[in-house]
Amino acid sequence: MMRLPRFDYHAPSTIAEAAEILAGEGPAAMLIAGGTDLLPNMKRRQQTPGTLVALRGIDELRQHDVETAGATLGAGLTLTDVVRNDDLRERYAGLWQAAVQVATPHLRNMGTLGGNLCLDTRCNYYDQNYEWRKAISFCMKKDGETCWVAPASKRCLAVSSTDTAPALASLDARVRLVSKEGSRELALLDLYKDDGIQYLSRRPDEILVSVSLPESSGWASTYWKLRRRGSFDFPVLSVAAAVKQAGDGTIEDARIVLGAVASAPRISEDGAACLIGNALTDESIDAAASRVATQSKPMDNTDFVLHWRKRVTAEFVRYALRELRGDPMGETRRRIAQHELIPL
Amino acid sequence: MIACPNGGGFGGKSDIFGHEIVVCKAALDLGRPVKIALNREEVFYCHRGRHPVLMKFRTGVTSEGKLTGMHLQTLLDGGAYGSYGVASTFYTGALATVTYELPRYRFDGCRVFTNKPACGPKRGHGTPQPRFGQEVQLDKIAASLKLDPAEMRLQMIAPAQSVTANHMKISTIALGECIRRVTAASDWSNKHGKLPEGKGVGLACGSYLSGAGLPIYWNKMPHSGVQIKLDRGGGVTVFCGCTEIGQGSDDVLVGLVAEVLGTHPDDICCVTGDTDLTPVDLGSYSSRVTLMMGNAAIQAAERARESLRTAAADKLDVPAERLVFADRRVFDTEDPDRGMSFRDAIIAAEERFGTLGSVGSYTPPRSPARYKGGGVGPSAAYSYSAAIVGVTVDPATGWLNVDDVWCAHDIGRALNPVLARGQVEGSVYMGLGEALMEEQIFRRLPKKLSGALVHKIPSLLEYKSPTSHDMPRLHTILVEEPDPNGPMGAKEVGQGPLLPIMPAVANAVFDAVGVRIDEVPITPDKIAKALELKRQGKEPRVGPKTFPEIEWPEALQVPPPWEGGDGKAINDPDRKRAAKLTEEARR
Repeated sequence: MMRLPRFDYHAPSTIAEAAEILAGEGPAAMLIAGGTDLLPNMKRRQQTPGTLVALRGIDELRQHDVETAGATLGAGLTLTDVVRNDDLRERYAGLWQAAVQVATPHLRNMGTLGGNLCLDTRCNYYDQNYEWRKAISFCMKKDGETCWVAPASKRCLAVSSTDTAPALASLDARVRLVSKEGSRELALLDLYKDDGIQYLSRRPDEILVSVSLPESSGWASTYWKLRRRGSFDFPVLSVAAAVKQAGDGTIEDARIVLGAVASAPRISEDGAACLIGNALTDESIDAAASRVATQSKPMDNTDFVLHWRKRVTAEFVRYALRELRGDPMGETRRRIAQHELIPL
Repeated sequence: MIACPNGGGFGGKSDIFGHEIVVCKAALDLGRPVKIALNREEVFYCHRGRHPVLMKFRTGVTSEGKLTGMHLQTLLDGGAYGSYGVASTFYTGALATVTYELPRYRFDGCRVFTNKPACGPKRGHGTPQPRFGQEVQLDKIAASLKLDPAEMRLQMIAPAQSVTANHMKISTIALGECIRRVTAASDWSNKHGKLPEGKGVGLACGSYLSGAGLPIYWNKMPHSGVQIKLDRGGGVTVFCGCTEIGQGSDDVLVGLVAEVLGTHPDDICCVTGDTDLTPVDLGSYSSRVTLMMGNAAIQAAERARESLRTAAADKLDVPAERLVFADRRVFDTEDPDRGMSFRDAIIAAEERFGTLGSVGSYTPPRSPARYKGGGVGPSAAYSYSAAIVGVTVDPATGWLNVDDVWCAHDIGRALNPVLARGQVEGSVYMGLGEALMEEQIFRRLPKKLSGALVHKIPSLLEYKSPTSHDMPRLHTILVEEPDPNGPMGAKEVGQGPLLPIMPAVANAVFDAVGVRIDEVPITPDKIAKALELKRQGKEPRVGPKTFPEIEWPEALQVPPPWEGGDGKAINDPDRKRAAKLTEEARR
């Protein structure tokens, strides 16, 4: 039986109070929101914080403002809150399609938007219990020195497995971090670093408090996720795409982001460039798909075999762009996702 | 020992594990209840999963699609311990003959020890693997002979009431009806070979035993015993050692006794799985409980009924043979108003005979197979199944969806149709898991580093199996042709319907995109790889390429019944010679 290690528990009711505690405790403290990622990891001793600072009691973190000019979402909203917000579903379809495909209903009821953005990177040499990891002399990410995925690698290759980050990045989201020292805002993509261990630029004393989204008018977005089962499973490839289309169908702006192919979400500016100034034709979609696919560099540390994950990347980009063009993709959606995933 | 109601067995609990002995010893030493809980990783190491089996089939077939003979070789990856491996190895060969008419059969089996968790008797015990091999090969044979796979199979079904080449006695066989029902329900004749690219249907069949004819621990006890006690209030108590593991064996026990005594299941109390109180039953494994416990229960109930009948006949002044037991009454068939309540019949019988009770027991019929290894495979009755699977394959990515499964199962008679359908549906679910995603993967770390061999995914998040959300449309058909050896005609349903699922998926993939995936799981990357081979003009197939050279010992030769065979081997070395050979080998 695997049990949690001992820890102290704080339950502040304001962000300021939480920031104060975090500053006082130092790096040995960790934040806990829904706990769906952290608690299993603690049982496996991947993280053994001496202190947990709970965010559940902080009402400010669950505030949201979905106005026509954009949207601000508290990081403490559960994924179910996000999924059930019809304004979000209508205006930021890609975010809704990502959130609704995270884990299971039970986990979405507990797990938060901020938690999914800060999700620990995953690797099947790392997501094992203590005894298993000890049997292989541990790995670079925790307690060891070698990256078993690529023993010559100088850095950890654990995979960014968040669904909402690629979707929000394609929507040009920004996040706000608050510490005792003050607050700062940064582009969502700048929250991530392509390093399986130091995968966030968040400092240990900072709390991710909110996500803000720009004006949605003129934009259309979508999210496609590859995983073994439609019921639950982390992504092993995801494509988030958003395009701004002029009245004549010309693409004025576009963002395509890949998830689960590296230690951070990867934006493909080359891929987007193939679309901008053109209509979404089969040719421009193919060109973009092949450009984006060059960014896909999965390693052999998730479900499904590596070469196949790489090989289907272009096809998934095509699915996303064809859906944005308005092609009927419902049948393909049902086959891949086991869901219709129809935005409002 | 009291067997508490617990979850399904599926074979993984057949072995006695070290930790179970430790718990018992600790409880004795401490004089207190002791509990042990394994974490999921530990379960992966000691659960006794299905043996991965490499197989080679060499099959003779006429141009009309009749089998002339088959040579099957199997090589089992046993893991680090024996478990039931000897039986598992025999099972990869024993039941290959009871589905289709096969004039000649040769089987060589080999199990090797490897540095992995031990494998054992998983649902279908050694049979799903050769079923996969043979059913996929038959699909290939049908394709090359340009025969319809369903029609071809219908022509080769083993005859009822026959003895096979390896001396297995077949009782009833309704496989033909199963094939006809699934082909009709799925509209097979308008689909197979006729659907657009990417859509396909595949057929496969299977058969399984209704309980092993011999116990794994040799003994001369009956395989199942039942005691019945009748009380003056009209209640009945049934005692049996059988173990309820969620399959509904208590329900079957009560139902059969109620049927024979003409009383209501609500009036029957059952006491099961308690070695202090109940007569023996060998356990809930091998799909044996309904048939063996059921026959014992019927015998005990019929004996009890005889006492009641004699006493009631006297009281009512009706010839005993005219009395029937139904609706909680005992009455004259010719004058149904003339009768008495079941309770009064008990009171009458108790007055006449004293305290009432009866016993029944069951031992399967002796098998005609008398050769070494012939103890694996005999059964009082074999169940049969046919399944058709409908799939969609994306030619660009190899992505595979199972859309429909039609499964018809020859159950003899369904004693509880709801429970029986549940077993079929559970089998289809488990079969799809094996067909599509389940796999125990081990990887060796670089030698210069730790060199450790580790289970890649000892967790239920990364060891993939389908959820209810991933289930296709499922069309279950129960085919009822009562078997004289089964209680009320019933045969097994717990394992048989699993067998055709994996090969039916493989055959459906071939029908959809023309590639062969000759191994499980059948994953999109393998399909994509085979499609790539097809585009390159190479053999469009993914699967094992060779079977290793094995130095087999001299095979036992058992002439089939139609060549005058009596079930014994004609070249079996006597024990002394065997011992001498072993001694020489040791030196």
